[in-house]
Amino acid sequence: MKKIIKYVMTDILRNRIVLVYTVFLLITSFSVFSLEDNNSKGLLSLLNVILIVVPLVSIIFSTIYVYNSAEFIELLVSQPLKRKSIWLSLFTGLASSLSFAFFIGAGIPVLLYQPNSVGCMMIGIGILLSVIFVAIAMLAAVQTRDKAKGIGIAILLWLYFSLLFDGLVLFLLFQFADYPLEKPMIAISALNPIDLGRILILLQLDVSAMMGYTGAIFKDFFGTYIGGIFSFTVLLIWIGIPVFFSTRKFNRKDL
Amino acid sequence: MIIASNVSKQFGKLKALDNVSVACKKGECIALIGPNGSGKTTLIKSILGMVVPDSGFITFNEKNILHDWKYREQIGYMPQIGRYPDNMTIGHVLDMMKDIRSNSLQTDEDLIKAFKLNELMHKRMRTLSGGTTQKVSAALAFLFDPAVLILDEPTAGLDPVASEIFKEKIITEKQKGKLVLITSHVLSDLDDLITQVIYMQDGKLCFHKTIEALRKDTGEEKLSKAIANVMTKN
Amino acid sequence: MRYVLMIFLFALCYSNCFAKTIRVGKNQSYKSITSAIAVSTVGDTVLVDAGLYFEKNLVINKRIVLKGIDHPVLDGEKKYEIISIKADAVVVDGFKIIHSGVSSIVDIAGIKIYNRRDVVIQNNILDDTFFGIYLQNVKNCFIKNNQISAHNSEEQQSGNGIHCWKSDSLQIIANTISGHRDGIYFEFVTHSVIWRNVSFKNIRYGLHFMFSSDDAYISNSFENNGSGVSVMYSHGVKMFNNYFKENWGDAAYGILLKEISDSYIEGNFFEKNTSGIYMEGASRIHMQKNTFKNNGWGMKIQASCMDIVVEKNNFIGNTFDVGTNGSLVLNTFNNNYWDKYDGYDLNKDKIGDIPYRPVSMFSMIVEKNPPAMMLFRSFMTSLLDKTEKVLPSLTPENLKDNFPMMKRLF
Repeated sequence: MKKIIKYVMTDILRNRIVLVYTVFLLITSFSVFSLEDNNSKGLLSLLNVILIVVPLVSIIFSTIYVYNSAEFIELLVSQPLKRKSIWLSLFTGLASSLSFAFFIGAGIPVLLYQPNSVGCMMIGIGILLSVIFVAIAMLAAVQTRDKAKGIGIAILLWLYFSLLFDGLVLFLLFQFADYPLEKPMIAISALNPIDLGRILILLQLDVSAMMGYTGAIFKDFFGTYIGGIFSFTVLLIWIGIPVFFSTRKFNRKDL
Repeated sequence: MIIASNVSKQFGKLKALDNVSVACKKGECIALIGPNGSGKTTLIKSILGMVVPDSGFITFNEKNILHDWKYREQIGYMPQIGRYPDNMTIGHVLDMMKDIRSNSLQTDEDLIKAFKLNELMHKRMRTLSGGTTQKVSAALAFLFDPAVLILDEPTAGLDPVASEIFKEKIITEKQKGKLVLITSHVLSDLDDLITQVIYMQDGKLCFHKTIEALRKDTGEEKLSKAIANVMTKN
Repeated sequence: MRYVLMIFLFALCYSNCFAKTIRVGKNQSYKSITSAIAVSTVGDTVLVDAGLYFEKNLVINKRIVLKGIDHPVLDGEKKYEIISIKADAVVVDGFKIIHSGVSSIVDIAGIKIYNRRDVVIQNNILDDTFFGIYLQNVKNCFIKNNQISAHNSEEQQSGNGIHCWKSDSLQIIANTISGHRDGIYFEFVTHSVIWRNVSFKNIRYGLHFMFSSDDAYISNSFENNGSGVSVMYSHGVKMFNNYFKENWGDAAYGILLKEISDSYIEGNFFEKNTSGIYMEGASRIHMQKNTFKNNGWGMKIQASCMDIVVEKNNFIGNTFDVGTNGSLVLNTFNNNYWDKYDGYDLNKDKIGDIPYRPVSMFSMIVEKNPPAMMLFRSFMTSLLDKTEKVLPSLTPENLKDNFPMMKRLF
């Protein structure tokens, strides 16, 4: 299994899109930090990049990569290898190389300009989001043979997680405005890894605004030891469940 | 060596394999022939475990291949379209395959030499022509000296010289007592190679005969003519 | 001129001749302060050596100066009010006053002044007192340079640092107060000044100000108090050059203004507060030259406010510059600097050519529906904000700065 991971990683890390992605992140991060007059403002601008671009690139690149590797996967399947280990190697290869690209592109500038808890949290969340969206992409890709359809699903999923979900939440909030929704919001935030990641970063960053009533509840929850464990567990579940289901599907899939 | 019993497979409404039973033995070189969409590739994929039959079973050396993967150590497979990760070099691909099958110590690098792939080792896969990629696939299939060779449209992209080298390789392997399964549209290529013919249509196995029997039945010497004869009869 | 000199000399002579100094201490003739006060007469000075004194409740009922050398310690044994001043023009200077009694019925204080005037309390250290310095119905008193601290964590068990009730013409200067319920408490206090005090880490408010008119508080620092500063039901208040910092929490504000009118807020600095200023029912307030930096909300102006003038302020790095809860706006914003302004200045007069709308769509949403804070800084809400800028629908039409400055003002 390690062997396949190694080769998949070398392949992806030499991929032009991944190189462009890394360079894009590098340029954005450095320009954001050098243009903004204070570093925490730079971090905020970078936050938007991380929350939008990282999931987008991760999900679309992984989907396309899986489809483009269809024949290669077939070849691997014809070899004396377990399907499970092929799929997991592919996942590990994709996840680790995209995380690596993110770390080089955004992690290093952040560590240079903001070597503190916010910076570390941001890098951690960025890496987790990369991995989560690789997992989701692989689940989307294993569901359908049609490449165009698969990419379409991937884009829709990204749109859902970064935009539609929030719209839905806003709609629900106004529909149930008369009920105390602060605590259910914590549960709802667990349904979207992007939201969860954003809240975790903001709790380190925009402390003043987050100390309003709702923010205080978030802070009381996510700021504690148990809350931290909870949120990271949830993020790990967001990796585990798609990987589990996609592996199961791939095991039974006709190639 | 490979026995398929009553294998059926359906993709949506399409019956790709309909109650196919076939037995392949050592030392045979079998041509799997049929029109497009007749289920040849599905049969091959079933044998390789890429497609799981809806009903029926396939055994390899008397062992059911379902949920097994070890048996593939004895198979060399050359796919119809070989595509490899864009940024790997030929060397990488070969190394990776050797890594995967690290337990087979002996490698058969005849084809690598014959196709002069040694000089191209550092080339990225995306820069290769279709023919060269096909050569890589062929070399990979033979690399581990497997007992069974499954070749899906092997000569499609190869130039005449390479094609000839390839055929000779198949013949030598056949003589070593290996089982070779070939699908091809270019029937003229198969003439000197094969010992048996499996003809499929609409997912059904129409016949499985030795080449001599086929020639006798149709009265044609050339395989292409013989098959044409069969097809018009049907 | 000669007469004046005569009177001056006479006065000097008088004080030298008739006022005596009574010393108290281990090695002095008077061992306790109570006994020294008992023999003292009006105008005397009681000078206390360093040491630990258990005087129970020390009542000063004549005009004397009570002065400590090297902060002699008066211990209230957690039972007594330590000094009760029941005479005019008493001076208490240089004591360390610790462990007053605690009561939920009477307001026990470290030093309490009862219905008198011209009292001076200075250079004292008060630690672990229920109320620190308590001014009840007094006039023209002078509270200077005291350090007041307490360590309780619950409001009920703690009194206020400097508590002023129904008083007039007070001067509260350069005191440091921490750990009390309210740092400085003003109720029915008029014509007074609070100057250069530092009030931090108090349980409730750094400064609690009610029904007190025509007062000024200047150059104070209020930091990290439970709920910031609250100024309520008053008029004619001048708030100049104060520093409000890190007042964080659910209901914490740099300043909470409630039912305030005819007041001035100038030159203050608000940094890292949940809300810099929260205004409710305020009217005729002039705010200028303040800086709002890195707050959650720079200011929140409820729709019940009117005739507020906000001009020449800096708004920098706030999450939301201005929040409001209604669409009716009777306030004026002019010539402020907003770091979020992205307009242009074609005629180079340093004033932006298009108005700035400091209220964002999302801040309106959060105001109406606080749990929406969960979506803070999401892609969705930034899209909403952008559309709202082009087509205002939810944010108040009139709440805008028509002349936003291009550069930071000061």
